[in-house]
Amino acid sequence: MIPLSSYVILSAVLFFIGVVGVLMRRSIIVVLLSIELMLNAVNINFVAFSHYLESITGQVFVFFTLTVAAAEVAVGLALLIAIYRNRQTVNVEELDMMKW
Amino acid sequence: MNMTIPMDNVIALLPEMIIAAFACLVLMFDLMLPQGRKNPLAWFSLAGVALAAFATFRLTHQHISAFADTFQVDPFSNFFKLLFYLIVALVILMSRAYLQQDRIHIGEYYHFILLVLTGMMIMVSATDLMTVYMGLELVSVTLYIMAAMKRYESRSTEAGLKYFVLGSFSSAVLLYGMSLIYGVTGTTNLAAIGAFLGDGVPNSAATVGLIMMVVGLAFKVAAAPFHMWAPDVYEGSPTPITAFMSVAPKAAAFAVILRVMLEAFGGMKSDWEAIFTVIAVLTMAVGAVLALVQTSLKRMLAYSSIGHAGYALIGVVVGDALGTFSVMYYLVIYAVMNLGAFAIIIMLRNQGLMGEELDDLKGLSRTHPWAALFMLVFMFSLAGIPPTAGFIAKFYIFMAAINAGYILLAIAGALLAAVSAYYYIRVIVVMYMQEPETDHVLTAPAGLRLALVFSLLFVIGLGVFPDPLADFAQQAILSF
Repeated sequence: MIPLSSYVILSAVLFFIGVVGVLMRRSIIVVLLSIELMLNAVNINFVAFSHYLESITGQVFVFFTLTVAAAEVAVGLALLIAIYRNRQTVNVEELDMMKW
Repeated sequence: MNMTIPMDNVIALLPEMIIAAFACLVLMFDLMLPQGRKNPLAWFSLAGVALAAFATFRLTHQHISAFADTFQVDPFSNFFKLLFYLIVALVILMSRAYLQQDRIHIGEYYHFILLVLTGMMIMVSATDLMTVYMGLELVSVTLYIMAAMKRYESRSTEAGLKYFVLGSFSSAVLLYGMSLIYGVTGTTNLAAIGAFLGDGVPNSAATVGLIMMVVGLAFKVAAAPFHMWAPDVYEGSPTPITAFMSVAPKAAAFAVILRVMLEAFGGMKSDWEAIFTVIAVLTMAVGAVLALVQTSLKRMLAYSSIGHAGYALIGVVVGDALGTFSVMYYLVIYAVMNLGAFAIIIMLRNQGLMGEELDDLKGLSRTHPWAALFMLVFMFSLAGIPPTAGFIAKFYIFMAAINAGYILLAIAGALLAAVSAYYYIRVIVVMYMQEPETDHVLTAPAGLRLALVFSLLFVIGLGVFPDPLADFAQQAILSF
């Protein structure tokens, strides 16, 4: 039997990797992947809690999160294509038209 | 297993269903109408909003809990829904000419506005973390697209992408907080979480979850230090969309903050009170100071909108009946006066002029005295100068703070309001004291004029007679 704490630690580590990825990586595609990683870390949390608390709510929540994540990524990729057409780049650092 | 949906649930969800149905129908009618003759879509969307408003009116004073307590119709949610109908109606009225000028896809524009409206209505009615999240995401994902609606323009797509990255990042943080809270309490229902946490069980996981939820929600209302996305996104998005997203989603996020913090984390108020105090002061300071150095009018209004979120946060910190009331009142007034100011910027847009720079307003009082006068009133109101409604709104916020003993917070707010008055007055100086460089050609169709006149009457009317709206808001505050 794997204890709950293992799952929570795994999820925290994944989430942290995702956060670092969003903040540090230059390519928008990797940033998108990092956001997915964060969302899936949350899913692990929900499923683990749901199992150990013997409550179904967490698993239901995961279905919603998965659906929303899919929609979000679709919109993200569409925006990526739009910006690539205008600028021929997907590098975060080159998107600096607006600064104060 | 019995899978029929009780009639009660359908009635509770009726306004949302109407708006969602109209959103889909708009997309369908868009295909039937020939290019260049899409005006009926605006009237059709307005009709949908009016119908939903009628449905909400019928439910005004009812309390209905639907869908296993995940969704609730109560005076609080209805107050916000009526505010959203008003905002959406004003935005639809003021955006037509701009859409044609900037070649924005008209059918999709109305479709997305109605979808955001649906999401916001779900947000304010949500009594479960699940529905909160779904509503929030419907609003956010749709707004990412709307920010980038000028597909061919670099600035607009850049705004959309920045909004997307930071928005989904903050959603993930919020969601992680929700998962921790679920792990601690074993439920996602707000009232049940509140009952479980009681008077603040010292539990580090719950505290971490709470902090992450606060961070996620602070991102959504563009509160400092999580405001970095707002100026870029507001500047790059098409102006009517900037106007829309600087008021409506912000009001919805505040409704969620109020409900989640008071209903689920009411017992842990000592934990979140300090966080929100720091955020509120920082937000007001960032809004007041950074707006001073802006040359772009839209960017200045973005910082102004950050600052206004800071004042509303004071009411959240106070957190009692008067505090809740002052936040609700503030959001209504802020929404209308900000939309009015943006309507003037939309009017300035014509073939030769973007109308988004402060210098574009030079000498507006000579070329168009009426437009300048309208802008003057909105700027006075945003600055909080009597006899405008902006003054009354700030007055209630500070009164709530002083009443509950947050004297220092009220003083900080008043001082920063004085600082921010400077840049609003700078707009007036540019309009009235400087020579015109261009003769402004205003694009002012009837709808936009109607929206402007309504906003002006609203701002002055409530500045002189604040009671009707105050009574209405009083009846709608959250009761436990």
